[in-house]
Amino acid sequence: MGPDGSWLAVILAMGLVTYLPRWVPLFMLSRRRLPGWLEEWLHLIPVAILSALVFPEVLTSGSPKALTLVQKQSLAAVPTLIFAFKTRSLGGTVLVGMILFWALEKV
Amino acid sequence: MKHSEHASTLWAERIAAGIRAAWPICLAYFPVGIAFGVLAQKAGLSVFQTGAMSLVVFAGSSQFIGVSMLSNGASLTAIAATTFVVNLRHLLMSSSLAPYLQKTSTPFLFLFAYGITDESFAVNSMRFRSGGWDRWKALTVNLTASIAWATSSVAGAVSGRFIPPGFLGMDYAMVAMFLGLLAFQIRGPIHLATAFLSGTVAVLLALAMPGNSHVIVASLIAATGGFALSRAVKRRSSHGA
Repeated sequence: MGPDGSWLAVILAMGLVTYLPRWVPLFMLSRRRLPGWLEEWLHLIPVAILSALVFPEVLTSGSPKALTLVQKQSLAAVPTLIFAFKTRSLGGTVLVGMILFWALEKV
Repeated sequence: MKHSEHASTLWAERIAAGIRAAWPICLAYFPVGIAFGVLAQKAGLSVFQTGAMSLVVFAGSSQFIGVSMLSNGASLTAIAATTFVVNLRHLLMSSSLAPYLQKTSTPFLFLFAYGITDESFAVNSMRFRSGGWDRWKALTVNLTASIAWATSSVAGAVSGRFIPPGFLGMDYAMVAMFLGLLAFQIRGPIHLATAFLSGTVAVLLALAMPGNSHVIVASLIAATGGFALSRAVKRRSSHGA
């Protein structure tokens, strides 16, 4: 399908299927009091998702993915994490990570 | 008069707080949005179409996949199905934010749901948990991020080919932001254990299968594992007492 013809249909379809999983739980769960165990479980979701997103980024490479423990991504990650723990500044962490990664690419 | 002045100051403060919390997201979105704009141009989308997709879909990785499928001649059904699977992880984020948005109006939820992304979710859940955060500040974060994403996509579509690849470590901006957000989420041994479990399972799954379903599967396993661990710890300490 060429992007000229039905690009609008593609965008709307992608928008709809992306929107629904964002909206349904919010709509269903914000109307009722959640049981304590469920809230406790949901509180662990952020840390779990962030780890699941970042670990493969830092520790694997290529496609299909291969385990690469030592690479620019992982070498820059350690001081970036330490900086984040020490300063608790998100903007600073982003900048430090970018600079470290850039410096490693120059080496 | 006095009352309305008070109210407008409150709104200005909320919006300012939301934008301040969102600026690292904007910083990280910019290089990725530019990269997306360049790819969309190469795939044959116009500047307007690129901006429209970023505004309507507002989900980075699925847009990269969607655009490359589009240029490979994939069908509408195939693109929609792939996008759905790639973005299913938002189910978990939406569920996790629900406790903070109890008794919120339906129009608010419609608007708020639109802006739930990996990044806005992580920033807002961190802020909600540390207190002093409200739903209007959270909505400001979501919408600021959306504007930054759409703007940078358009910037990439217009002028991205002039920026050399790898410029100033831009490729690492998103990873660095996730690392920072992860560091802020770690509060005590249960969180640390959950993080390690999730990261390990995610790496193993990512090695074993293509795509990005490892994110949702690893998160479910790790949150459940962390929950079981915290219950076990509580039971032991109550027995000991």
